[in-house]
Amino acid sequence: MAASWSLGSALRGMFSRAKIDEETWTDLEDALISADFGPDLTDQLVDELREKVAKYRTDDPADLQRMLRETIEERLARLDPTLALSNRPAVVLVVGVNGVGKTTTIGKFAKFLRNYDRSVVVGAADTFRAAAVEQLATWAERAGAEVVRPQQDGQDPASVAFQTVEKAQREGIEMVLIDTAGRLQTKSGLMDELAKVRRVIEKLAPIAEVLLVLDATTGQNGLAQAEAFIEHAGVTGLVLTKLDGSAKGGFVLAVQEKTGIPIKLIGQGEGIGDLTGFTPHVFAQQLVG
Amino acid sequence: MAAFGTLSDRLTATFRNLRGKGKLTPADVDGTVREIRRALLDADVALEVVKDFTGQVRERALGDEVNKALNPAQQVVQIVNDELIRILGGQQRRLEFAKKPPTVIMLAGLQGAGKTTLAGKLAKWLAKEGHTPLLVASDLQRPNAVTQLQVVGEQAGVPVYAPEPGNGVGDPVKVARDGVKEAERKQYDTVIVDTAGRLGIDAELMKQAADIRKAVDPDEVLFVIDAMIGQDAVTTARAFQDGVDFTGVVLTKLDGDARGGAALSVASITGRPIMFASVGEGLDDFEPFHPDRMAGRILDLGDILTLIEQAQQAFDEDEARKTAEKLATDSFTLDDFLKQMQQLKNMGSIKGMLGMLPGARGMREQLDNFDEREITRTEAIIQSMTFAERTTPKLLNGSRRLRIAKGSGTTVTDVNQLVQRFEQAAKMMKTVAKGGVPQVPGMGPIPGASYVGKKKQQAAKKSRSGNPAKRAAENAALAAGAAKAPAGVGGSGFGLGGGGGAGGDGGPTEEELAALQRMLGR
Repeated sequence: MAASWSLGSALRGMFSRAKIDEETWTDLEDALISADFGPDLTDQLVDELREKVAKYRTDDPADLQRMLRETIEERLARLDPTLALSNRPAVVLVVGVNGVGKTTTIGKFAKFLRNYDRSVVVGAADTFRAAAVEQLATWAERAGAEVVRPQQDGQDPASVAFQTVEKAQREGIEMVLIDTAGRLQTKSGLMDELAKVRRVIEKLAPIAEVLLVLDATTGQNGLAQAEAFIEHAGVTGLVLTKLDGSAKGGFVLAVQEKTGIPIKLIGQGEGIGDLTGFTPHVFAQQLVG
Repeated sequence: MAAFGTLSDRLTATFRNLRGKGKLTPADVDGTVREIRRALLDADVALEVVKDFTGQVRERALGDEVNKALNPAQQVVQIVNDELIRILGGQQRRLEFAKKPPTVIMLAGLQGAGKTTLAGKLAKWLAKEGHTPLLVASDLQRPNAVTQLQVVGEQAGVPVYAPEPGNGVGDPVKVARDGVKEAERKQYDTVIVDTAGRLGIDAELMKQAADIRKAVDPDEVLFVIDAMIGQDAVTTARAFQDGVDFTGVVLTKLDGDARGGAALSVASITGRPIMFASVGEGLDDFEPFHPDRMAGRILDLGDILTLIEQAQQAFDEDEARKTAEKLATDSFTLDDFLKQMQQLKNMGSIKGMLGMLPGARGMREQLDNFDEREITRTEAIIQSMTFAERTTPKLLNGSRRLRIAKGSGTTVTDVNQLVQRFEQAAKMMKTVAKGGVPQVPGMGPIPGASYVGKKKQQAAKKSRSGNPAKRAAENAALAAGAAKAPAGVGGSGFGLGGGGGAGGDGGPTEEELAALQRMLGR
């Protein structure tokens, strides 16, 4: 399957050339930068590939393509992308900056879990954005999950999260997904609020996963986002959304490498079924073609 | 506001290497250009724009004009600045209103760019400018986007036309068309059409946007783009230009630390001006975009003009004069202190204001720690005092202080600190009022940037607007701002800063004070 976000078209020109020359390297660099890998990682990748090409004394672009795919796959596969959801209830906190698709991701994730016949309750702890609760409730309904709403406007998000976990414990619901309001990582007050939500939940049950949702269209700011959220919310996994656009999301590789937090889920469409687990092999295959 | 923070950090670091050199060699230029290229790529400026940019800079930097210059580093700053302004779209443009109302403004953009929130901000801004906007809910795609717009409209105090419930139900084209008719009937003079977020490559939704455009024939189509977007900005912007052919760009989420580079490339690649910037979550965190000023901000020259404009809006001249009088007659009270503080609050985010100051880079961390709720706490303390106490702070003995602390939900230590700050502020302001204007002839000392200091002085003094009338007006405003400002804001800044920052000491206080005075007391 040629995913729309493949680098394929950017690379086709260079791999169809007869042999590897300087122009190939320039093209490769441009392609990687255009895919948001960022200047540092691009330099690293290009250097690494130059070394490999020299080592194997090849000048066949097809070899280079294979090496690129392998290099990316190898880097992506260094961390384990499996979700740790063995606690009962397994509490998943979903965090991220504004507009990356947290609420949508929760809807899809709830559906994903329902497909495995797990009972799911979602907590609408985004009490800030207008109508976020309704948006989540709509998704929950589509996914067949229960929803815990705040009892009044502007209720403390931590208390909504608490009530959600409480309900799950009381009714024996297996999975708890908690939506939080989007916040820019520079707002320290809001980041502290997130730490509070975490603390409050942990009074009832350990948190199984804290998923940071990253938008594939994001550029190098993704790294700053990840670092801030790891510090304040103890992120355990990344979710890459909006891969159905033309963005390549190359920055996640840098994020994964610099932070040591694995990518766990990817969202590739607007449908409720368009969220899948992350497989480095498939991702690299689709990216490089 | 650390908008473009990291880019200006990078460029400033680059230029530091150039300082102290008498002449630029081609090797210097190449080194600098490489740094600039890297800084821009790190800032998510689109690759093709970067190439174009560095090419121009290299060419001009190697030209005769530089070699003859006295200070080549200055020249490079100038060249980079010029080129940045060019990239940013050159001139600012205002919204064009239709000759025959209603003026129709359509919003388009990717999912999550912030269209709905922006619709509310734009509506509120228009209402403030004396227009009567109507919001039209044509995003029938995203679950509860309609509800969100209704809530936002309510917050902005602007009516919302939402005949369809959304969530996939209803025809957005029809809603948009009916919305405009509704506005004609009820005599609203502007209509803001919120549309569903869509991907650049989603042909079907793009066609829907094009259909809406055709149906309502908007006077402005604003492309809303997230400042955090990466290289994909180019693809997206091109797709939207082909799809709906927008007339202007709005940059959102500029209050994050995203460097916003790619959004800048949008202006250069599509040739459409960036018209507004959205700088926070509140409905008031919205301002017209000034390309020339933003270029200055990237170069860490600060954004003095925006700052002064904001200050003027919030600053009540009568109040300022009264305060000055009170100072002169020694009758400055806690009440006045409170009033000033509230004025300062009206100016919007203090962080935002300070972030715009030149040389504020070093303070950024302190700014991030600065808690604006401190103002609210201070307000609570002062409001818990009796009238007599406010006018005569000397009355405040131990038991009164305890009562005030209880009344305001703070501690006696907080009350003590406030009183202390007030006394310091009053003393300091007396000096100011008596003519002891702080010694900041230009922009004052900027750490490790002596020559930039000189440049700044020029940059700050004149409006860079290309429109002569506007330039004149802005220069006049500058002069006015300079004339009236020192007494009022200085003291408030002092009082605020002292309490700001979790566990912060007096450190930031001095700096904030100096910074505020630097811009207002000049």
